[in-house]
Amino acid sequence: MTTTPAQAGWRFKQPSVIPGFGLTLGFSLVYLTLIILIPLAGLVWRSASLGWVDFWRIVTADRTLKALEISFGTALIAALINVVFGTIVAWVLVRYKFPGRRVVDAMVDLPFALPTAVAGIALTTLYAPNGWLGSLLMPLGIKVAYTPLGIIVALVFVSLPFVVRTVEPIIEEIDKEVEEAAATLGASRFQTITRVLFPGLAPAIITGFALAFARGVGEYGSVIFIAGNLPKVTEIAPLLIVIRLEEFNYPAATAIAAVMLAISFAMLLVINLLQTWSRKRYG
Amino acid sequence: MADPEIKSYEPVHENLSAAVTESRSARTVLMTIAFVFLGIFLLLPLVIVFKEAFAKGVGAYFASLNDHDTLSAIHLTLLVAVIAVPLNVVFGIAAAWAIAKFEFKGKAFLTTLIDLPFSVSPVISGLVYVLLFGAQAVLGPWLKSHGIEILFAVPGIVLATVFVTFPFVARELIPLMQEQGNGDEEAALSLGANGWQVFRYVTLPNIKWGLLYGVLLCNARAMGEFGAVSVVSGHIRGMTNTMPLHVEILYNEYNAVGAFAVASLLAGLALVTLILKTILEMRYGAELAATRGH
Repeated sequence: MTTTPAQAGWRFKQPSVIPGFGLTLGFSLVYLTLIILIPLAGLVWRSASLGWVDFWRIVTADRTLKALEISFGTALIAALINVVFGTIVAWVLVRYKFPGRRVVDAMVDLPFALPTAVAGIALTTLYAPNGWLGSLLMPLGIKVAYTPLGIIVALVFVSLPFVVRTVEPIIEEIDKEVEEAAATLGASRFQTITRVLFPGLAPAIITGFALAFARGVGEYGSVIFIAGNLPKVTEIAPLLIVIRLEEFNYPAATAIAAVMLAISFAMLLVINLLQTWSRKRYG
Repeated sequence: MADPEIKSYEPVHENLSAAVTESRSARTVLMTIAFVFLGIFLLLPLVIVFKEAFAKGVGAYFASLNDHDTLSAIHLTLLVAVIAVPLNVVFGIAAAWAIAKFEFKGKAFLTTLIDLPFSVSPVISGLVYVLLFGAQAVLGPWLKSHGIEILFAVPGIVLATVFVTFPFVARELIPLMQEQGNGDEEAALSLGANGWQVFRYVTLPNIKWGLLYGVLLCNARAMGEFGAVSVVSGHIRGMTNTMPLHVEILYNEYNAVGAFAVASLLAGLALVTLILKTILEMRYGAELAATRGH
């Protein structure tokens, strides 16, 4: 890095002839601060003013710990399910030609467009003991609605598009010549996929997993209908926040929310690092 | 390397192309897995919504929609979207202009902050406003003495909706405008256009389809948001109930036809959103941001 005279001074913005920098950035910052930053800072400030003893007591309460465990555990399982099936769906959508491909591709975004409450009551009706799927699973001894399995089903639904949508463009970009080269060199199709193609897809799959997981941890609308909401069994952390709020127990609601935020951000950070690592390793 | 003799091996090369896909049986298995998975998780929930809505006939369907509380929920949902979406459109355009057209310190950090609402649970998005405006909160007593109602009223619902739909338009426009560069704008400026004219006649036509795409997604989320709105609304029937909240109330009252009738309207909205989105991607794919989905 050589410092030319022009770069010597601390410069906030590079010179440009385009007008409106001050206006647009100023407005964006004010709006961001008012809508997002001040309210979030309020949450952090409120939980900090609880004091360590109270904070610790609320967070380590049995019911809180269980709720956090259920939220993060079910979101993890749902994200892993979506990693497997989402990658297969993305592969089929990009590589295979079949009638109605466009429609199926569009349908993948349904969970983004369908309100979570609608998804919640629809899934509950399907998986209830007398529902279309519930009545099929009942003889097998599998209960989905009002069990932790139900939470996983709801989370698979809401986070379904993330893996498909992050992996799809990367599969589209794969250079066929790489596969041809592998085939010429004597690799079986299975070897080509696992040894040549998969490493290239890994960063996208990890990103999709992270997005699916983050979405699943915070999900509320679709879960509360199907979960049954039994404390310590099927009560998710966002629901516990709502329950504490309804009891006007603001400190407890704040503390649980702060813990959820902290864990979510920490995990996103870890996954970001993992992604950078895998990009370097396989990039 | 470009040996002319290689050309005579062209048929072999085509055989290799066949080696670049899976065997017929593997393809069938993969496609079956994909279709069964999507069928169970996407198609069935959609079908059941309409099936349950019309379970007692068309008459019962329309009768349950033509209810005072339902109509007021529809009205409130539209009102909230009409306020929240334009706010985020203005922000999205301003943020994209600042981030895409200029180089400045902290740009990456600002972009991260814009995405923040996506990684916050909807319930927490509502909670932060309860902490700010609630009776026990910082601003609560002051607001009360001035007769300003934010929580358990329309302003609170709008704020929570703005929070959860905050990134949609900006996220669509930032990569799009970065891709398009500053060339057109600089040309217009050199020809004597002023800042507003540059935006109105040069930038806006360039980004219009991307903008519409962002608005579509923003609107779908705004009308369908449940968690955040649920926390701030207070669930006052006929007053602060949006459509998704009304679905919950009807469902918990065991009024299945009513709940699914309102849900079918929201599902219809989702389908329309998906259809418009697909049309935009097919027709104007090149004029949308390179990154798909969100």
